[in-house]
Amino acid sequence: MNATDKPVDPDKERRKIKSVAKMKEIMTHYYIDAKTAEQTGKKVAWITSGGPVEPLIAMDVIPVYPENHGAMIGASKMGTELCEKAEGMGYSGDLCTYALADIACSTVNGGPIGGLPKPDMLVCGNNICGTVLKWYEVQARYYDVPLFILDTPFCHTEFSEEARIYVRRQLDEYLLFLEKACGKSCDRDRLQEVGRLSMEGQTLWQAVLDTTTNKPAPMSAFDAFFHLALIVTLRGTQTVVDYYTGLLAEMKTRVAEGISAVPHEEYRLLWDNLPIWYRTRWLSEKFAAHNACLVADTYTSAWCGSLPYLKEDDFLASMAEGYSRIYLNIGTDRMAEMVLEMIDKYDVDGLVMHSNRSCKPYSIGQYDIARIVQEKRGLPTLIIEANMTDARSFSESQVETRIDAFMEVLKG
Amino acid sequence: MDAMQVFHDVAADPQAYAREWKARTGGKVVGTFCSYAPEELILAAGALGYRIVGGSGAISKADAHLQAYCCSLVRGALEDALNQRLDFLDGTIFPHTCDSIQRLSDLWRMNAQTGFHLDVVLPVKLDTASAQDYMRAVMAKARSELEGLLDTTISDANLREAIDTCNRIRSAMQTLYTIRRDCPGVMAGRDVHAITRSAMVMDRHDFLKNLLTVVEELATQANPACHDAKRIFLSGGVCNLPDIYSVIEAAGGVVVGDDLCTGSRQLTGTIALEGDLMGAIARRYTGRAVCPAKHAGIKRRGEDLVHLARESKARGVVFLYLKFCDPHAFDYPYLKEMLDAAGIPTLLVELEEQTASDGQFRTRCEAFIEML
Ligand code: SF4
Ligand code: SF4
Repeated sequence: MNATDKPVDPDKERRKIKSVAKMKEIMTHYYIDAKTAEQTGKKVAWITSGGPVEPLIAMDVIPVYPENHGAMIGASKMGTELCEKAEGMGYSGDLCTYALADIACSTVNGGPIGGLPKPDMLVCGNNICGTVLKWYEVQARYYDVPLFILDTPFCHTEFSEEARIYVRRQLDEYLLFLEKACGKSCDRDRLQEVGRLSMEGQTLWQAVLDTTTNKPAPMSAFDAFFHLALIVTLRGTQTVVDYYTGLLAEMKTRVAEGISAVPHEEYRLLWDNLPIWYRTRWLSEKFAAHNACLVADTYTSAWCGSLPYLKEDDFLASMAEGYSRIYLNIGTDRMAEMVLEMIDKYDVDGLVMHSNRSCKPYSIGQYDIARIVQEKRGLPTLIIEANMTDARSFSESQVETRIDAFMEVLKG
Repeated sequence: MDAMQVFHDVAADPQAYAREWKARTGGKVVGTFCSYAPEELILAAGALGYRIVGGSGAISKADAHLQAYCCSLVRGALEDALNQRLDFLDGTIFPHTCDSIQRLSDLWRMNAQTGFHLDVVLPVKLDTASAQDYMRAVMAKARSELEGLLDTTISDANLREAIDTCNRIRSAMQTLYTIRRDCPGVMAGRDVHAITRSAMVMDRHDFLKNLLTVVEELATQANPACHDAKRIFLSGGVCNLPDIYSVIEAAGGVVVGDDLCTGSRQLTGTIALEGDLMGAIARRYTGRAVCPAKHAGIKRRGEDLVHLARESKARGVVFLYLKFCDPHAFDYPYLKEMLDAAGIPTLLVELEEQTASDGQFRTRCEAFIEML
């Protein structure tokens, strides 16, 4: 159907977030830059979503995120095909589907943008999982390029002094690695400035997310999943600061004008875990039909969660703690505390957990978090079984029944 | 009693052994996960290290904490803890390994009643100087924490003695593995399994004594020409399934070596007794045969495996993985590729615990061994 054939729904139009177009434009340029890096003589580094990107920006290396690419693959419903291909290569279908899709994609240049540009180097931060270590080892063998691992010891109950020393030393090793790979030295003043911009971007992103403390919420977690891409990929640049400044202004206007994400917001929910990329629209409509808005989530806030540990005047050193104490690198009980804090802050009525078989560090422990939330706040939890990229493990009818039943409970 | 029978008894019911040990000696028992637990420190503190390699029954209580997509080791272990089957433990040590054990540690700390809880957050990277220093710092910290938790002091003299015992165990085990490699007919696979299982739970002094007796006996019987079965090398993680050996043997194969986490991998690396003891311990843990959840270069495990398979003149390699084990599953394609290139055929078997004796595994093993 052609756009002009569709009757325009003025209410829907009013609710659309206008910054989306700008965001698409930025991301398109970013990928064009990355894909033409070879012609323009720029270096490309593949980096994990929780990896230390600021030094790359300071060294003019283009950071490319296989996980962001995985999300694009999932959203364009190309995940299943690529995961099947990876299984054909001998990888178990039980592994992380971002990793599977990426590993397969490398060999065929498939996916929605015809594959990622080849890396000149790989930067792996294991603060999100042990999967990325294995995944980047696979890619280091495949592309035969140098691999740097930022090993951030897991903080079960503490970030220890030994760990601080170890991670701090690795940050120096990281700069040496980059200087060698780029054949030039790292300008520390520039790094300091990138650090400042990174913190400013994170602060703005947190402010955007916080606008949903308003009732009704001007945006939902589904919107946050989309607008997240910039803080992940380009933090440390002015582009991010400018974009989120604009987005924040738009959200404030929406609040002032009473424009909400969901038309008749009655129930406010908190989402846990990665999005189910190939069903975000469906899920968002499903909840909206019950007048429920997912006002916040534990996922998109992970990219500003370490702000308290970062220091503008000594950014490099503070990265040690900032990159170690992120949401997935802490104990389950600490995660439960943070969920409780979010429940209070956003005043939610229930929890929706994506039990994501692709992501063990995020998912193992969810049952205990749900129990703690029930005990401490008396709130119910809906658990949806899926993974974020490959639709094969998603049963629409089952999930639909569960959502309906859960909403019945909430409506009491 | 027959020395080998001692091992079979321990392996048949390690929990009963630990209870009996505790009652007999009045000593403390420390549960451990994974072969990176600091054995020497536990021994030097006078405690019994008890490695947990899975559960002993069906899962019910653990289902309230763990999704079905966790490996059976993680689920089984928590089930045992929640059912008080591990009530003889005075505490548990969790060395940092894979994502699943990492979260199991949290859930254990929050739910299990098995005494003290100690996380030893080892480096994941092993091949840099800073990782080496961090390993040393972590081990030194574990030493002083264990002193407090076990209410004892670990003197350098204690430590030296413990290192010496561990070194001698590792070296006797190497001898055992060499005998098996050179004369595989001299002992059944299930015997080796009983020994490696006992190595993880038995009083280490008694274990060593008994092991030396067994090795001595075997050395006199060993006859290199005595076996014509097809030589199989086992590669993978935790093998707590003695049946596997009988299936392979019944199919006309014989296991001549392994790189299992519950087998040879825990038995590599000697610790120097001179100089800085903690530094020497750290060097052993960074230098020993590497686990797939750790990093020591991008091809190290593949090179080690090809070398071991060749050295043991294996006709084929059987990969034994637990279902839902991520670190091993990621390495499989490249390990297979390197073995293919070396002309060594492979078979991949994904197991849930307790499924070794089922027909499918038997049929696949028979077909594979016949093909060799
Ligand atoms: S989805 Fe989970 S397992 Fe996969 S890369 Fe992300 S954090 Fe790691
Ligand atoms: S079998 Fe694999 S997933 Fe399970 S505990 Fe061991 S390394 Fe972790």
